[in-house]
Amino acid sequence: MSNPLRGEVIRLYKNLLYLGREYPKGTTYFRERLKAAFMKNKDVTDPEKIKKLVDRGEFVIKELEALYFLRKYRAMKRHYYEPEH
Amino acid sequence: MHRSSEVKHVASYLNTRGCECFGQPCESHCPVLTDRTIHVQLKTFIKIRVKPDRTGVVTDGVKHSMNPFCEIAVEEAIKLKEKKLVKEVVAVSCGPQQVQETIRTALAMGADRGIHVEVSGKDYETLGPLQVSKIFAALAKKEQADLIILGKQAIDDDCNQTGQMTAALLDWPQGTFASEMTLEADKLKVVREVDGGLETIKIKLPAVVTADLRLNTPRYATLPNIMKAKKKKIANVKPADLGVDVCSRLEVLKVDEPPQRQAGVKVETVDDLVGKLKEAGRV
Repeated sequence: MSNPLRGEVIRLYKNLLYLGREYPKGTTYFRERLKAAFMKNKDVTDPEKIKKLVDRGEFVIKELEALYFLRKYRAMKRHYYEPEH
Repeated sequence: MHRSSEVKHVASYLNTRGCECFGQPCESHCPVLTDRTIHVQLKTFIKIRVKPDRTGVVTDGVKHSMNPFCEIAVEEAIKLKEKKLVKEVVAVSCGPQQVQETIRTALAMGADRGIHVEVSGKDYETLGPLQVSKIFAALAKKEQADLIILGKQAIDDDCNQTGQMTAALLDWPQGTFASEMTLEADKLKVVREVDGGLETIKIKLPAVVTADLRLNTPRYATLPNIMKAKKKKIANVKPADLGVDVCSRLEVLKVDEPPQRQAGVKVETVDDLVGKLKEAGRV
């Protein structure tokens, strides 16, 4: 068991879970897919591969943050600003 | 225009059907930042409902979060701190206990400490821009703040008054609808979004600035930051301690839902259309 990476993986899972609370398609939808994705890779032991998967998880975090920001921005723009020609 | 260079990851999951019907707004400013609580009502789950006695909108049990314009204001304050142009960022909020969550979000984004001005029950329902700006003015004097940054308006009442009133009460210059802000020595250069385009003004500190949509891209308060923010302090203050009377001079007489949309009518020919318009008295 690669011990230092285990902590990282768990932290990544918790972060994704926290972000998934506002997912547009629903929290349960997100949580099921998150768990499935993590379970699929549970037997990986090569630290290089684990690092790559963790990086992919971080990328997903950034994409979710961008998604939430754009959703809010577009809603605000729609409510408060004249449509641009 | 939105500075797309700051959004580095445009999601492949971009599922843009999420349109949120917002509820209560909040104002924030920095160093003394204030947020009233806002309701974010997800269109798929909750509809905005008018209370049966028509005195307002149903607010019990609705999820509260920070006003989007306030988030932008908080982000601007934190950016100034990261550039080492300000020493301390204080987040302030007025309202009942739930408001502490909003302050924690601001702390998680990077504010140094929080101040919770406790206003609950009847006082909270009638809390309006005048009372909030009086509280801010009192706090600004007490904390000796140099810069107050708020969201330009609250999305629940759309008043757009708190920033302006605060500046008037403190007799400070104001830069409202700021879409760009630069600190130069003791002067502040503000680019404002006005009807005719953009207006650049230079105002002396101390000053009040209200944030518009295009000021910046607010960061997301991630879980590790929220954990760290739990150690930061939130002071508790009552309006009476600041010598502010929160009694409202306004009375809400009636709140109504917008009229139901009438179904459309299909016609066969242009003559029919003209006939129907004449009937409706529109031609």
